[in-house]
Amino acid sequence: MNPVQQAVQWLNDPLNWTIPGGILDRLGEHLTISAAAVVLGCLVAWPVGLFLGHTGRGGSVVVLISNLTLAIPTIALLTILPLTFLGFGQKPVIIALAVFAVPPLLANAYTGLREVDPEARDAARGMGLSGGQLLRRVELPLAVPYLAAGFRTAAVQVVATAALASFVNGGGLGQIISAGFGLGMSVGGGQILAGGVLVALLALAVEGILAVVERIVTPRPLRRTRRLADRRAAAVGEA
Amino acid sequence: MSFRLIYREDPGNPWFSWQYVRDNSDTIVAALREHATLTVQAVVIAALLAMPLAVLAYWFRSLTGPILALSGVLYTIPSLALFAFIAPYLGLGTSTVLIGLVLYALLLIIRNVLAGLNQIPAEVHDAAQGMGYGRWGRLLRIDLPLALPGILTGLRLATVSTVALVTVGVLVGHGGLGQLILGGFRNNTYRAEIVTGAVLSVALALVLDLLLATAGRLLTPWTRRSAS
Repeated sequence: MNPVQQAVQWLNDPLNWTIPGGILDRLGEHLTISAAAVVLGCLVAWPVGLFLGHTGRGGSVVVLISNLTLAIPTIALLTILPLTFLGFGQKPVIIALAVFAVPPLLANAYTGLREVDPEARDAARGMGLSGGQLLRRVELPLAVPYLAAGFRTAAVQVVATAALASFVNGGGLGQIISAGFGLGMSVGGGQILAGGVLVALLALAVEGILAVVERIVTPRPLRRTRRLADRRAAAVGEA
Repeated sequence: MSFRLIYREDPGNPWFSWQYVRDNSDTIVAALREHATLTVQAVVIAALLAMPLAVLAYWFRSLTGPILALSGVLYTIPSLALFAFIAPYLGLGTSTVLIGLVLYALLLIIRNVLAGLNQIPAEVHDAAQGMGYGRWGRLLRIDLPLALPGILTGLRLATVSTVALVTVGVLVGHGGLGQLILGGFRNNTYRAEIVTGAVLSVALALVLDLLLATAGRLLTPWTRRSAS
């Protein structure tokens, strides 16, 4: 039997879905860990990014952070964090994933505010808005496309890297793949492939769903600039 | 709180140990060599595949969308899943890791090369046309040299993220320094081994990035002149 047939057979066995530690359990873990990491990343990155963008300072800091985190292997953080005071369990996994969610969130929040038309800002100032009001009523709404794009990038990345949590027994769908490798290629080949398909489908589904969400939350007049937002933010993230 | 006290009083498991590095220098050097080799191979192969694709997308606008979308999908698929797709067919060898790395690096290079090519001003095209350059002549003598900054950005990004990604290859037994990181974790969470692997991996990324940045400065002297 070739691996594809094995994988189909493995996926067709209802027990593999419902057993404790089966697909449904792992999917639940995967989504919980990912959601917690993305929320944590947003809580840290958005206020900092909005502040830096509002004041217009620290652009080089944003770029530096993105480049530094790019060089850190995910499994290095995943293995080192449990050995600190955090201890084992889901906490270090969530924090490790949140670290990798920060760069896209930060870069997009910063760029979003920087790309606000200076004339709109001047007009708001002229109307007597204070700094906080300017941020809340003018800059933030105009930056929504960027924030949404950053959220999507970060969430997809977190869902993808959450698969690696299985290396430190942190749960998630990656666990199915690791268990398959543990069984050996001849027995576990189908399970490995099936796990890979599940992880990939989840990532693509999250990408697709968030693309729709991104479109919905973007106010209609701003939709034309959304593509531009994607491109410029990408350029900043990679500069 | 008690946890802190425990590991402060744990001299058997320090975060770093020269003793460990000395005793295991062979293993460490072998892991570093595998890591560097895999990275360089992956980036070179990815660049050889990405350049023609980027040029195609540049010449034929209708191909830009499909090429970027396809490489985008490949990039979205998690590295672990990529390895899981390839491993049942190619087994636990370096080729499995290499293919995964190449597919991942592809998008970064294509997107940046394309951005570099698209930044070339229309006037330059007109001038080249007026001087009688054909499609290939313009590509080789004008477009590619002018796109060098974009190409180098792509290569640097691909290199740095590939170095980090090689560690995932530990799943199929060829993870370079990832072997040390995960080996240390499984070996009763031996901190010195984990930290050595992680630090060397980050250092390798920075060194390769620096090499590429220097090469870029030497290859594109005009960008420096205009900047100063």
